[in-house]
Amino acid sequence: MARRAPLLLAPMPVRQRTPLLKTALWVTVAVLGAVALGSVALHRGETINSAWLVVAAICVYALGYRFYSAFIAAKVLSLDASRATPAERLDNGRDFVPTNKWIVFGHHFAAISGPGPLIGPTLAAQFGYLPGTLWILVGAVLGGCVQDFVILACSLRRNGRSLGQMARDELGPVSGATALIGVMMIMIILIAVLGLVVVKALAHSPWGTFTVGMTIPIALLMGFYMRHIRPGRVLEMSLIGVVLLILCVLLGGYVNHHPSLHTAFDLGPKALAWIVIVYGFAAATLPVWMLLAPRDYLSTFMKLGTIFLLAIAIILLRPEIQMPAVTPFIDGTGPIFGGKLFPFVFITIACGAISGFHSLISSGTTPKLLTREPDARMIGYGAMMLESFVAIMAMIAACVMEPGIFFAINSPAGVVGALPAETVATISSWGFPVSVEMMDGLAHEVGEITLFHRTGGAPSLAIGMATLFSGLFGDTFISVWYHFAIMFEALFILTTLDAGTRVGRFMLQDLLGNVVPALGRTSWYPGVFLTSALVVGSWGYFLWTGVTDPLGGINSLWPLFGISNQMLAAIALCVATTIIIKSGRARYAWVTAFPLAWLLTVTSAAAWEKLFSNEFRIGFLAKARILGDQLTAGTLSPEMMEKAPQLIFNANLNAALTFFFLVVIWIMATDTARICYRVLTGRPTLPSSETPFEPTRPSPDLATIPEPTQM
Amino acid sequence: MTAANLLSVLSTLWRGLRRATGDDAYDRYLEHWRVEHTVGSDEEPMDIKTFYRTHQEAQWQDVRRCC
Repeated sequence: MARRAPLLLAPMPVRQRTPLLKTALWVTVAVLGAVALGSVALHRGETINSAWLVVAAICVYALGYRFYSAFIAAKVLSLDASRATPAERLDNGRDFVPTNKWIVFGHHFAAISGPGPLIGPTLAAQFGYLPGTLWILVGAVLGGCVQDFVILACSLRRNGRSLGQMARDELGPVSGATALIGVMMIMIILIAVLGLVVVKALAHSPWGTFTVGMTIPIALLMGFYMRHIRPGRVLEMSLIGVVLLILCVLLGGYVNHHPSLHTAFDLGPKALAWIVIVYGFAAATLPVWMLLAPRDYLSTFMKLGTIFLLAIAIILLRPEIQMPAVTPFIDGTGPIFGGKLFPFVFITIACGAISGFHSLISSGTTPKLLTREPDARMIGYGAMMLESFVAIMAMIAACVMEPGIFFAINSPAGVVGALPAETVATISSWGFPVSVEMMDGLAHEVGEITLFHRTGGAPSLAIGMATLFSGLFGDTFISVWYHFAIMFEALFILTTLDAGTRVGRFMLQDLLGNVVPALGRTSWYPGVFLTSALVVGSWGYFLWTGVTDPLGGINSLWPLFGISNQMLAAIALCVATTIIIKSGRARYAWVTAFPLAWLLTVTSAAAWEKLFSNEFRIGFLAKARILGDQLTAGTLSPEMMEKAPQLIFNANLNAALTFFFLVVIWIMATDTARICYRVLTGRPTLPSSETPFEPTRPSPDLATIPEPTQM
Repeated sequence: MTAANLLSVLSTLWRGLRRATGDDAYDRYLEHWRVEHTVGSDEEPMDIKTFYRTHQEAQWQDVRRCC
């Protein structure tokens, strides 16, 4: 992907006079973008070509980058190439290191790009391709890219401080603590929902379970190799790992056809959930060189490679979009998740448009690497544009398959009926024809037992990707491509899961260390085990509720994840808005205040619906109430009678969590409004924590830094 | 393009790849260590095994992977 990036992202030098040719070029881009967007939005024929979506996206990004991000860099943030960055001032050869901007771009993109932009659009495709696509584009250019960019710039001016620290420094202890708790909560929900996606993708799929399972011994081998055989040989180790991994994908086909191995790797969702939980605990407590770091190398190479391949496939094949622009499910009756277009399309897309989680990266490792302040534009704004493009590709992959097949894969048995005949009848009655033969034929082709009710988004994305890849390389290998795609998704979901569990553990240790100092010591094993168990136990519980939920779990957990992620984005934008106003640029505060207001509206509306809607599939409280009534009336099946008390408890727990998110976000918003009011009316507030200006030193070694490369 | 040119482009690409993946992290650490430490001091830089252990532990204390 990064090889293509220079064409798209090349920063424009500042000019005194714009030559006519340049003006003409940008007018062309604008017109082309308008035509493409218009075609995407107004097209009402049978199918539309995905090239329109790609062209519209690229034009929107190009215009957003060229004009809006330049405006933000110059006016709102006043990025200054003559101001020394933390990497220059605090260079310690370890975490603070001045680094070539293309390399930082690669690292930053690898860090922010996760499974969210692949899963979110896949689920949101139930509304049709149009609502999700529009939000991915608009949300990224005006919201997500802005958030990543502004937070990066703020942290850059504050010695690379984290979001939580900036909230405390600029807003005060209340907001600081609220932000920290918000980060902890999103971590738990994020890991639970990602774990659920993996479990759903691997359930009763011996091929997938074998391949993904083999990533663990491969990672251990790589870790051992780099620790004891050839220390520090990252490239060598990664090459060996990638080759072994691809061999395992191929070997999975053999396992799938071998009678006893097939049975051994044919695991149900409950068994897989336990395996994921035990794995998460191991990855959080073992030394990082053993499992976590080598796995991450493997997953980063796979991720960048596959995203690049997907882009190539989409651009070369230009497949037709089969999904309608807008489906009837915008009324809230969709099978994949309950809820109307507003606010649920925004909550479901989440990461592909705005991801609060990115603010942790933008105020983490990245600001400690930038050589020059203006690089923040390409890295903060630019990397998120690329991430948003990944979301567009996921949307295309979901919409190029027959809608009937898409819904048959993604709808839970609890909504469309457990039997294949029932499922196809229900889905066909919605106007999306599908047959049992089609589904069985496809399942057989890709080497799966069944493709019915494979919720979670990963299997349908894998089908989309496998179809695209086999369009590029020939049909013979579709089963290999399907399992390659499943392996790729599971691999980097599990990397997010283990890295997240570990960071969650550190945060908890930090928090508990204030009360019991021994618990804060990262080398004291009882403390490490206790805090890891607490973190794993928390997400493990939500994962378990998802696995045992008759509606498939995604219906409850994904909106909760979306709300928490957008809540974190709102927290980040609160901090950003306060900093902009404190810096005396209140007239530009709308740049972050506008997306903030939108996020407050969307998250509050979604949280309100999830709490108080009377629909069984939407309102958590309604679900608890209806199940409770049925339990007392005795109208449930014997199996449900047994499950109901647990389901009622889970629904109430989810409601409490939603309420908690609502409280967190409004505490932050109120505190931000209070501080900004005090600043604007000249009352005393905490002083700005910006580090004073220091000029850059001309450094000869910067000239020797290599040119852009693959990563 | 002359052969020398091609060679220099390839070597730049190779250095970039090593840099991006962290393959050259220990070399850079040594380079940095030499700049920071005066000649003749008793201190020794970390050996490669110790360096990678501490380097990786430190890296993964932070949020580095996202949703």
